[in-house]
Amino acid sequence: MAVLVDERTKVAVQGITGREGTFHTLRNRAYGTKVVAGVTPGKGGQDVEGIPVFDTVTEAVRRTGADASLILVPARFSPDAIYEAADAGVPLIVCITEGIPIQDMALVANYLIGKPHMLVGPNCPGLISPGKSNVGIIPGEICKPGPVGLISRSGTLTYQIVNELTHRGIGQSTCIGMGGDPIHGIGFVDALARFEEDPETRGVVLIGEIGGDDEERAADFISDHMTTPVVAYVAGFSAPPGKRMGHAGAIVTGSSGTAKGKAEAFEAAGVPVGRNPVHVAELVEETLAKTA
Amino acid sequence: MDLYEHQGKELFAKHGIPLVEGSVAESPEQARRIAERLGGRVAVKAQVQIGGRGKGGGIALVESPADAESAARRILSEGFRGTPVTRVLVERLVEIAEQFYAAITLDRSAQRYLAMVSSEGGIVIEEVARATPEAIRRVEVDPILGLRTYQARYLVGHLPASAREGAAGIAQKMYAIVTAADATLVEINPLVLLGDGAVVALDSKVTIDDNALSRHPDLAALRSAFPVDPTQARANEKGLQYVKLDGEVGIIGNGAGLVMSTLDVVTQAGGRPANFLDVGGGASADMMATSLEVVLSDPAVRSVLVNIFGGITRGELVAQGILEALSRIEAGVPIVVRLDGTNAEEGRRILEKAAHPRIVAVPTMLEAAKKAVELATTASAGAA
Repeated sequence: MAVLVDERTKVAVQGITGREGTFHTLRNRAYGTKVVAGVTPGKGGQDVEGIPVFDTVTEAVRRTGADASLILVPARFSPDAIYEAADAGVPLIVCITEGIPIQDMALVANYLIGKPHMLVGPNCPGLISPGKSNVGIIPGEICKPGPVGLISRSGTLTYQIVNELTHRGIGQSTCIGMGGDPIHGIGFVDALARFEEDPETRGVVLIGEIGGDDEERAADFISDHMTTPVVAYVAGFSAPPGKRMGHAGAIVTGSSGTAKGKAEAFEAAGVPVGRNPVHVAELVEETLAKTA
Repeated sequence: MDLYEHQGKELFAKHGIPLVEGSVAESPEQARRIAERLGGRVAVKAQVQIGGRGKGGGIALVESPADAESAARRILSEGFRGTPVTRVLVERLVEIAEQFYAAITLDRSAQRYLAMVSSEGGIVIEEVARATPEAIRRVEVDPILGLRTYQARYLVGHLPASAREGAAGIAQKMYAIVTAADATLVEINPLVLLGDGAVVALDSKVTIDDNALSRHPDLAALRSAFPVDPTQARANEKGLQYVKLDGEVGIIGNGAGLVMSTLDVVTQAGGRPANFLDVGGGASADMMATSLEVVLSDPAVRSVLVNIFGGITRGELVAQGILEALSRIEAGVPIVVRLDGTNAEEGRRILEKAAHPRIVAVPTMLEAAKKAVELATTASAGAA
């Protein structure tokens, strides 16, 4: 089993005819992902290496049964792409695009409240269920099927940690990059809840970084709701104090957003925190050995 | 992008938020002329992005144009808390009856905006939140609906009756700045009730979303008024995320998380990072070369650590970029390179074949950090 995507997931790629769009579509397909459609307005009727292109997401869904959308379009078109996928009834929307204005994402996030869609991203590497489906830009070759779920705010740091796990022979159920933007779709808590319900996920790695209070809220959720063991990593211990944020930010979160504060929140919740990516993999290995 | 007080106030003026009359001066003489025009009694305020100006000598309240000139001369020559000051804001002195606080900011957890008004202002707002939380009223703003009139009325409902209408109007104009200028923070501390009954913004703190600057060329242009060091300017121009730090191990990586993790690992190995540099996703050879030039231009750097885990970024382009940079500039320090991920083997082969005397290839991140720290230390010892 896996969460969010598996070998049955049918993906439509919005922006398939762009340079990045074509490149990653074909990489995902080569990995084994069922890429059933592409969408580029004005290019309906064409195909990309045999993948049919449609003018609208609605048409792509009607004709191919796509149940996931991968968005690889420039930032200024991305909010519209997300609305279009949602209005076409696509349950899983994965937006890789970086640089979308925060206000646009605030509108998107509030539009999606109460609707049956899960947004992953934006500004994220997407997600992969190793051996089953890769929806995004995570290099499939560093992953391996197995029992560890992974949720992360970072892209390349995720690859680094996945790589350490795979080198030790520890495979992954699903790796999710939630993205680094302040307003994003899936968060730690949503992902942790799914991993907790997944019978084949026996351990979870959570990769956080400085800023916001996603990690603190994840720590609360873990201590209240999780039986599956979690190992955490927080990047940014030696980051200089951020630029002036005014004083409003600290009041909102009730937290300083520092790596130290986040690591302490995890430790208080009984979640071990790795000092570096290698140490994270060691902790996962120990944790799995205990529950085996 | 954080705006200076006077830049924020220009935005306030455009949106009709009442201000105290004033102008920016870049020289003591200019400050005197502005003070003359304003009638002599003025506040001379250092334009810096650091708090605590009032207590720290960054604001001078003076009685005459001559005093305004000497206050401006002192602030412009001494700077404020180690930061150079190139401009002062000269404003008419006003009679303050009451001080409040108002802010609208992004609440990432709620995925909405948060508007706040405090009946106590002019002091550190965290103190108010701790000591008298009931002084702060807050409402969550759904971006689809905006700040509704009833919400603005509630926000100011605990202020003195004579200040409510003015403050509510200002709150709605602050929200208009959030939407029109893509601000993620608009803060007024203090918001004051004057002796004559007017409510005005005495200070401004505005942060504009960097991702939205492309649709606000007028705001993006304000950056030119910022003092920038040449290394930083060069990095910005090439779209590299560069932050100067005060150590001696130069750092280049791809992806903010991995770069932060690299800084941490270097610190754990006993070194001090000289910078944060994120070359970004899908970096080309040219981007890599520029990154190396930027980092090597810092005279404090004793060794460089290049830590790349390729996803979109391809190892062979990174290797070519490093060699290209070394053909353009003389590297006086060792460069430790760790390549992994997409096409890493090809990249490592390219580096091996070039056999450049400055390049030290190391297979893992932790070993690479250790090596870079070790080389920085021996280089320092050698230099001493």
